[in-house]
Amino acid sequence: MITTTRMKAVAISLVCLAAALVIPAVVQSASYLNLAILVLMAAQLGVSWNIVGGYAGQVSLGHAAFYGLGAYCSTLMLVKFGVNPWIGVLCGGLLAAILSVGFGWSCFRLKGHYFAMATIAVAELVQIWFTEWEYGGAAVGLYVPMDRTGWLWMNFATKLPYYWLALGLLLITLAVNWWIERSYIGYYLRAIKDEPDAARSIGVNIARYKQIALSISAFFTAIGGSLYAQKELYIDPNSVLSTALSIKMALVSILGGVGTLFGPVIGSVVLTTIEELTRTVFGGTGRGTDTIIYATLIIVIAVFYPTGVVGWWRNILRRRVLNTASNTADSEQSSSQVAGAAAVKGGQV
Amino acid sequence: MNLLDVSHVSKRFGGLTANEDVSFTVDKGQIVGLIGPNGAGKTTLFNCVAGYFPPSSGTIMLDGQNIAGLSPEACARAGVARTFQIARTFSSMTACENVMTAAMLITRSVSHARASAMRWLAFANLEHFADKPAASMTISEQRRLAVARALAIQPRILLLDEVMAGLNPSEVKQAVDVVLKIRDQGISSLIVEHVLEGIMPIADKIIVLDRGRKIADGTPRQVSSDPQVISAYLGDA
Ligand SMILES: Nc1ncnc2c1ncn2[C@@H]1O[C@H](COP(=O)(O)OP(=O)(O)OP(=O)(O)O)[C@@H](O)[C@H]1O
Ligand SMILES: [Mg+2]
Repeated sequence: MITTTRMKAVAISLVCLAAALVIPAVVQSASYLNLAILVLMAAQLGVSWNIVGGYAGQVSLGHAAFYGLGAYCSTLMLVKFGVNPWIGVLCGGLLAAILSVGFGWSCFRLKGHYFAMATIAVAELVQIWFTEWEYGGAAVGLYVPMDRTGWLWMNFATKLPYYWLALGLLLITLAVNWWIERSYIGYYLRAIKDEPDAARSIGVNIARYKQIALSISAFFTAIGGSLYAQKELYIDPNSVLSTALSIKMALVSILGGVGTLFGPVIGSVVLTTIEELTRTVFGGTGRGTDTIIYATLIIVIAVFYPTGVVGWWRNILRRRVLNTASNTADSEQSSSQVAGAAAVKGGQV
Repeated sequence: MNLLDVSHVSKRFGGLTANEDVSFTVDKGQIVGLIGPNGAGKTTLFNCVAGYFPPSSGTIMLDGQNIAGLSPEACARAGVARTFQIARTFSSMTACENVMTAAMLITRSVSHARASAMRWLAFANLEHFADKPAASMTISEQRRLAVARALAIQPRILLLDEVMAGLNPSEVKQAVDVVLKIRDQGISSLIVEHVLEGIMPIADKIIVLDRGRKIADGTPRQVSSDPQVISAYLGDA
């Protein structure tokens, strides 16, 4: 059964990949192509966030700091020193990974909600700092010059190349996540999330592995920020450093299913589509609507689907398997054991 | 030489002294029982030996190395494995993955860790639970899973905190069998246990704590006839 579900998962992934490859050929409208790019970019952020927020269970609400660092790093290097964006993007990722050590140092000493609140505070500080920083454009922001276009300068007059960039970046981020999930690091991160004290008892340096997860996550989040800058050609503290952005990264992942490889991709499809639909219905970028959507979704997920779309789907599959199982006695026994274990656990906590 | 040499260990929490000047030794391959009434300081002593609390004073030598004040992960690397009073299995993982995660201290290779995990699951009579989610296992099974997980780091000494509590007689026997098999592997065990029928017949030595102080140290026979021990237990009851 395990091998057939795995084969199904591979088949579904290949179908999705094929769909992603033909979308540009099928979709003619520029606004739909733009929606597809937004979906891919948000998915990449969710997948990046998931490394530390999902697998390691350290719910960060300050990831916009890394996103903004990436966007500002590549843009400033290009604007001030004429450095090629491909290099700038990598530098932004590395800078975010390095600075994430300070972020982790100040936040990881706190747990649960306190950790999440500390990450908001650090990200807000970063946003304020960039708003005041004259050299970095302060509140006015920075424009990415359009004088050199083409693949060499990661700068295009049309949308289509950005689609391929976003898809490529998402695939690389997914591949790294897949590798982490399968390696010993993935096991360590899940252990830290489930039972940090027990993880330490088997020799896991939990501070080190949380930081490794955060640094990898920050690296890819920053690259997503640089890509945003190259696509929109304009950044300011509000568009790349806001707390709403941090919440969106977490929400994409939580909506789809934390700690799963493709959860954030599903979450991004759902969330980005809802966002764009309401934007066309209510018109413009009514800044309040985003927040209302996020808040509503958080409540709906927390109350009805705490494991996200992926968890909800797995539940349906499991129930189907249990119903069709010829050996009903076996399933009864296992479910009563679950109930028993849960009862005892509840009694002990 | 003794494998574990705890000497003059005290642990204070503010004004409360949970352990006071406790000294004892554990030899290689020995099973040592640590008993005492509720709140006597048994778990606190475990936490000091396993690195979860730095002792307020005293030394804890493991094979000639002072491990007092090291972090839990450093103690694990030095050869101290432990279980917890509640099993603390990794609930999002299967039984096999739980043990694999521990085996990864020895090998970073996932396939080697899986092979090693399957051996330790078989050791704890859990091989047919390998692919079961840990959260769906009974308490008795989860306790043995925690023991298998602790063993997978290939420790020199294993600290077991109340692995037999709340088990029925046949489950106690299973747990006792596992402890005896651990000794056959040359691994020492230090066992906190309220289930005296479980620990008394198999222990080489019993240490009794009462209100943080060691009040007796000897063979199970010597200890159970010790008047101080009897009064501590009767006074508690
Ligand atoms: N982290 C802590 N902070 C403050 N006091 C503590 C702490 N841990 C334990 N104590 C206190 O130390 C004393 C010894 O507790 P400990 O848990 O070691 O006892 P025990 O012998 O394991 O008891 P039991 O048989 O109930 O498990 C108790 O009075 C307890 O309240
Ligand atoms: Mg205790």
